[in-house]
Amino acid sequence: MRYVLFVCNDEADQLTSEETEARYAAYVACEDEMRARGALITRERLRPTSASTAVRVTNGDLVIADGPFAETKEQIAGYFLVEAKNLDEAIDLARLIPAAHHGTIEVRPVWDM
Amino acid sequence: MGYVTTAQFAVAEAFRTEWGKVVAHLIRVTGNWDLAEECAQDAFTKALESWARDGVPANPAGWLKTTARNRAYDRLRRESLGQAKFRQLAVTAPFTGDAGADADDSGIVDDRLRLLFTCCHPAVAREAQVALALRTLLGLTTVEIARAFLVGEETMAKRLVRAKHKIRDAAIPYRVPPALQLPDRLVGVLAAIYGLFNEGYGASGGVELIRVGLCDEAIRLGRLLAQLMPDEPETQGLLSLMIVHNARRRARIDSSGELVTLEDQDRSLWDGAAINEGCALLQTALGQPRRGPFTLLAAIAACHATAPSPGETDWVEISRCYDQLFRMSPNPVVALNRAVSIAMADGPASGLALVDELEESGELSDYYLLPATRADLLRRIGRMPEAEAAYRRALELVPTAAERRFLERRIAEINEEG
Repeated sequence: MRYVLFVCNDEADQLTSEETEARYAAYVACEDEMRARGALITRERLRPTSASTAVRVTNGDLVIADGPFAETKEQIAGYFLVEAKNLDEAIDLARLIPAAHHGTIEVRPVWDM
Repeated sequence: MGYVTTAQFAVAEAFRTEWGKVVAHLIRVTGNWDLAEECAQDAFTKALESWARDGVPANPAGWLKTTARNRAYDRLRRESLGQAKFRQLAVTAPFTGDAGADADDSGIVDDRLRLLFTCCHPAVAREAQVALALRTLLGLTTVEIARAFLVGEETMAKRLVRAKHKIRDAAIPYRVPPALQLPDRLVGVLAAIYGLFNEGYGASGGVELIRVGLCDEAIRLGRLLAQLMPDEPETQGLLSLMIVHNARRRARIDSSGELVTLEDQDRSLWDGAAINEGCALLQTALGQPRRGPFTLLAAIAACHATAPSPGETDWVEISRCYDQLFRMSPNPVVALNRAVSIAMADGPASGLALVDELEESGELSDYYLLPATRADLLRRIGRMPEAEAAYRRALELVPTAAERRFLERRIAEINEEG
């Protein structure tokens, strides 16, 4: 089964340059481990929600607005698409993600069409 | 009378003891929770007719499993739930109709244990975990479960459906977790069963009387778990704890529906046979090298239940258990109970000091038992005005009517004496 692991954290967190570097290294290590397990399909990091645009079509009219769709404390900062046998295996992958320690990882199964 | 009655009795008995086995087995074989329940139901219906006509089979469980499995096979074939599904089924379950192939008869993990761990998987909504276990393992109807949890039938039906869909869609594995995860996950299962027990035990009198059935169902689940995992001391500990508490149930509420505290309970109303059973289970748990929180709670409950009178309670042993418990899980509720036990072992003043400390920490500020305990200790020391003030503080926080009346009686007693 495929699962998307959404990386959710608080964008307002300020990191020092050392912390940023350490965080980066932690993500590299996490990806390496996922690859070693043959689980990683793809992953992306997203720019902050300040770069986000909300698009809707209402009665045929295109409505464009600035900002994220939902105003929540934690925002989606990226995602991993992984292959796992079951939820327990997906959870074992999710716990590898550094943001599990300071944010939340949402584990969602992919709807196979 | 005669044959039909015998068959009906046998089916009813089989329902009580075999329902969970049949459902658990079918879920493993088909991977489909709804189909499993429906086919189990069909098999029991068919048994009523068939056992009345042909007599009760030598192995009712095997008969039911085979019948239910064949029914699932027929339905999957007829309804052809999809080629892929069918292939998967064919791989996992050769439908030989041979009851001898049942896993639980051959020393391999019992399917019911897989079922219990899956129901209580932390990814399943907490409120649905035991409800689903009661439905699938014990065969309670949705109406019965809804009534026990004091929610509408529709709400409970939705809750159960949502949980089953979550298990299916998120692919929660149908298994007992591997050794590495087992300790954590077992704690979750134990806590779910104990939570069910407390739902029933906390309820008292009047409209809540029906919830007493929850205690019995929790004990049934606890028995099953202790039987399936005999080497885990905490499964015996939990069962012992529930049985010993339950043994005192009749003495907890008097004839007018009032709550009776442990020391005022009529000990002749306690169920001695149940207490003996609980103590025997406790000995098994204590015989193991590790001692978990449920075993310690069971040891405390046993100290109370085996004391011939309140004055003969072994408070030193109880406070020793609370010390261990507090070291294991230093939470404020345990701290409060520890303070009470120390008050009983060393005198109310030493307990009061600990309770005051707890109150100053600001933890438990909404928990009525904190001011109620403080009030009780102050009363024992003879500081009546302070005791009354603390009882009044407890009254503001008390959750149930029976407990409220108890506090009001205490205040009245203080005023009479004063």
